[in-house]
Amino acid sequence: MRELSLNLLDIAENSVKAKATLIEITVTVKANLLTFVIKDNGCGMDEAFLAKVTDPFTTTRTTRKVGMGIPLLKMIAEMSGGEFAITSEKGVGTTTSATFQLDHINRPPLGDLADSIVALVTDLGDSNLIFTYSVENEKFVFDTREVRAELEDIPMDNPEILVFIRDLIKQNVEITNGGLNI
Amino acid sequence: MKSIAEIKAIREKMQSQIILRENSEEGETRLVVGMATCGISAGARPVFNTLVDEVAKRNLSKVKVTRAGCLGMCKLEPIVEVFVPGQEKVTYIQVDSEKAKRIISEHIVNGNVVNDYLITSEV
Ligand SMILES: Nc1ncnc2c1ncn2[C@@H]1O[C@H](COP(=O)(O)OP(=O)(O)O)[C@@H](O)[C@H]1O
Ligand SMILES: [Mg+2]
Repeated sequence: MRELSLNLLDIAENSVKAKATLIEITVTVKANLLTFVIKDNGCGMDEAFLAKVTDPFTTTRTTRKVGMGIPLLKMIAEMSGGEFAITSEKGVGTTTSATFQLDHINRPPLGDLADSIVALVTDLGDSNLIFTYSVENEKFVFDTREVRAELEDIPMDNPEILVFIRDLIKQNVEITNGGLNI
Repeated sequence: MKSIAEIKAIREKMQSQIILRENSEEGETRLVVGMATCGISAGARPVFNTLVDEVAKRNLSKVKVTRAGCLGMCKLEPIVEVFVPGQEKVTYIQVDSEKAKRIISEHIVNGNVVNDYLITSEV
């Protein structure tokens, strides 16, 4: 994957599949560190399974034997001078996090966060997503619960609404970046 | 700067359109993009966003863009499945943004399947 925001989309999709009703995505840039945290209240995993998910020869899907999303993120984090961690409790939820050294030569660009969040929003059903993006002391929070409050009976995955959400996130991410190219 | 409060205006505009739409009998057309790890790596995200853009821009009511996991043919990703009510499913393979635009203008708007990108054509 060429952009970290694609890995973010891929990992957050695991939370949707785990039937989470709340997914919290936090992307933080501070000093020389870029941090991702994806926290959900989905089905979780037991200890034995959790131990295996970072191994590329594990997945619960039947179409293909190899689940690559988690091993891929782990590899990219470690190659970028960062770390990967995943904690989970069956019936409670899962938290996946990864860090990357901002100036590391192997760190992929962050890419388009808004495109990734919008793709997730269409998949939420009645669940919610909180996306928090901060760069040094600037911070932007996008919460689908606030969007739903304004939408009343209009579905959130209506294309016109999705385009609006994407533009909103794009603008705010850019402002939060403060001219920094991440 | 855009804020969530602006959604209210869009919603009010849509609500007035929905009253008109409810009178028509058409079912909903669905465009489904495969977005598991394999699809995302192959470029499904820009395809998805292009489809959303085109549907919104052309104001196509009753067309929904959704996503699915692995559609089972990783090498042929990005894959877009089109479900038009009353018609058989059409599967487009190795779609990019340009192809996505053609799928909307030729298939969804004009009702002509874009034969060049079908699963049955040579890969
Ligand atoms: N947030 C999560 N909640 C519950 N289970 C998860 C979560 N993330 C990953 N898993 C489990 O770990 C497996 C491997 O995930 P991943 O590496 O992303 O590959 P894939 O999603 O293609 O199976 C998933 O199939 C799922 O069973
Ligand atoms: Mg996955």
